Amino acid sequence: MRITCPFCGDRDAEEFAVLGSDVGSRPDAAAPDAELRFSDYVYLRDNPAGPNSELWYHGSGCRRWLKVLRDTRTHQILAVELALP
Amino acid sequence: MRYSFLSLALGALRGPAMWPRVWRDATPKPAYDIVIVGGGGHGLATAYYLAKVHGLTNIAVLEKGWIGSGNAGRNTTIIRSNYREPGNIPLYELSMKLWEGLERELNYNTMVSQRGVLNLYHSDAQRDGFARRGNAMRIHGVDAALLDDAGVRAYAPYLDFDNARFPIRGGLLQRRGGTARHDAVVWGYARGADRRGVDIVQNCEVSGIRVMRGAVTGVETSRGFIATTKVGLAVAGHSSRVAAMAGLRLPIESHTLQAMVTEGVKPLIPGVITFGAGHFYISQSDKGGLVFGGDIEAYNSYAQRGNLPVIEEVCEGGMAIMPMLGRLRVLRSWGGVCDMTMDGSPIIDRTPVGGLYFNGGWCYGGFKATPGSGWCFAHLIATETLHDAAAALRLDRFATGHVIDENGQGAQANLH
Repeated sequence: MRITCPFCGDRDAEEFAVLGSDVGSRPDAAAPDAELRFSDYVYLRDNPAGPNSELWYHGSGCRRWLKVLRDTRTHQILAVELALP
Repeated sequence: MRYSFLSLALGALRGPAMWPRVWRDATPKPAYDIVIVGGGGHGLATAYYLAKVHGLTNIAVLEKGWIGSGNAGRNTTIIRSNYREPGNIPLYELSMKLWEGLERELNYNTMVSQRGVLNLYHSDAQRDGFARRGNAMRIHGVDAALLDDAGVRAYAPYLDFDNARFPIRGGLLQRRGGTARHDAVVWGYARGADRRGVDIVQNCEVSGIRVMRGAVTGVETSRGFIATTKVGLAVAGHSSRVAAMAGLRLPIESHTLQAMVTEGVKPLIPGVITFGAGHFYISQSDKGGLVFGGDIEAYNSYAQRGNLPVIEEVCEGGMAIMPMLGRLRVLRSWGGVCDMTMDGSPIIDRTPVGGLYFNGGWCYGGFKATPGSGWCFAHLIATETLHDAAAALRLDRFATGHVIDENGQGAQANLH
């Protein structure tokens, strides 16, 4: 697998570490149903067979966090962008 | 027909034409009492025990490919019950007891070989952890023996005991553990279920689960609609996809686990040996090939194949305990889709949808659990109550905080 980093260009996936699927931002702890929302946020996953939005860290390169759209059926990388532009 | 020494002798004389089909390749009927989705080991074992133990036979097992074409044919055939947590031990030990009588039960040679499973430890802290696990096992009536350095040297003298970084100090041995023939397990359960009237339907992919007023009314398949009021899911790596057809989100991610086998060599490895400082486990098949595997791929995948960096890492683990492995050539490697739960322990439970039962989240350890999983899932579907041995494997344990802390790593690959 190769990932095209916006800074470093086309690089081998071994240079990167994957955190996991992009599950969005933390729920509001003050919400009345915060407990339910947190258990969903921490434990439940969409786990799609197809394009999946993931967070990858380019540890052996520019050390930036990337948001990678990758097809889980073929491992094809569909899009890469900076996670925190 | 019943297999026996006599039938084998007759078969040798009369030739292959005398052996009948082992099970029917059924055409689906329009309706069943129970539909099991997934014709792997767990699904077929469930159907078998539903028929055998609970007397329910109007059952279909739906398989999208051919039976045993998924993880049942892609594992490393290890059976063991060396777990630590009270929520896990009873299920795996129930499985082990069923393994011990499986050939007689099924009248099928599943090649269960209790050749022992040895987990190596490499430090004082790890020895303490293993002693604790061994004690937990023995409290639950499971066999466990803590070997010191000399004990392991007698068991497998060729290991790299004085490795500079991970010296081998001893190991936790479960003598009743070992291996079984995975294809035979699938076929044995299929044959047993089929003879009791269960329909095994191949090339029948479920594309939808029909739910009315909160309860299941049937499944849409590639071979037409099948009406039923009870659906049991045993689809391993595809759990999330099938559960989503009923509107459920699961605490599961799908990852690839790879395994590989070397060229055949003379008998070398007495049982199963696992590395304690990395992820590597190895055994020797009856054909002589060394079968080994290691870690999951870090990213989600449904591809049934992995990448080379993980193969390299697994081989490095092997070289760290058994340097002679470097002289062998790997013949082939393969990958399976593992349904990794967030705490690393499986789920056998009802779902919020009436008549829909879930069996999954076996991570990379489902094969050893095949008999017990089928037994407990059949119990749940037939009686609507959780089996005592699987009472902790609840679907809602994540929301209620009753997660099972066996290894505390779940789907997070960097913790393995």
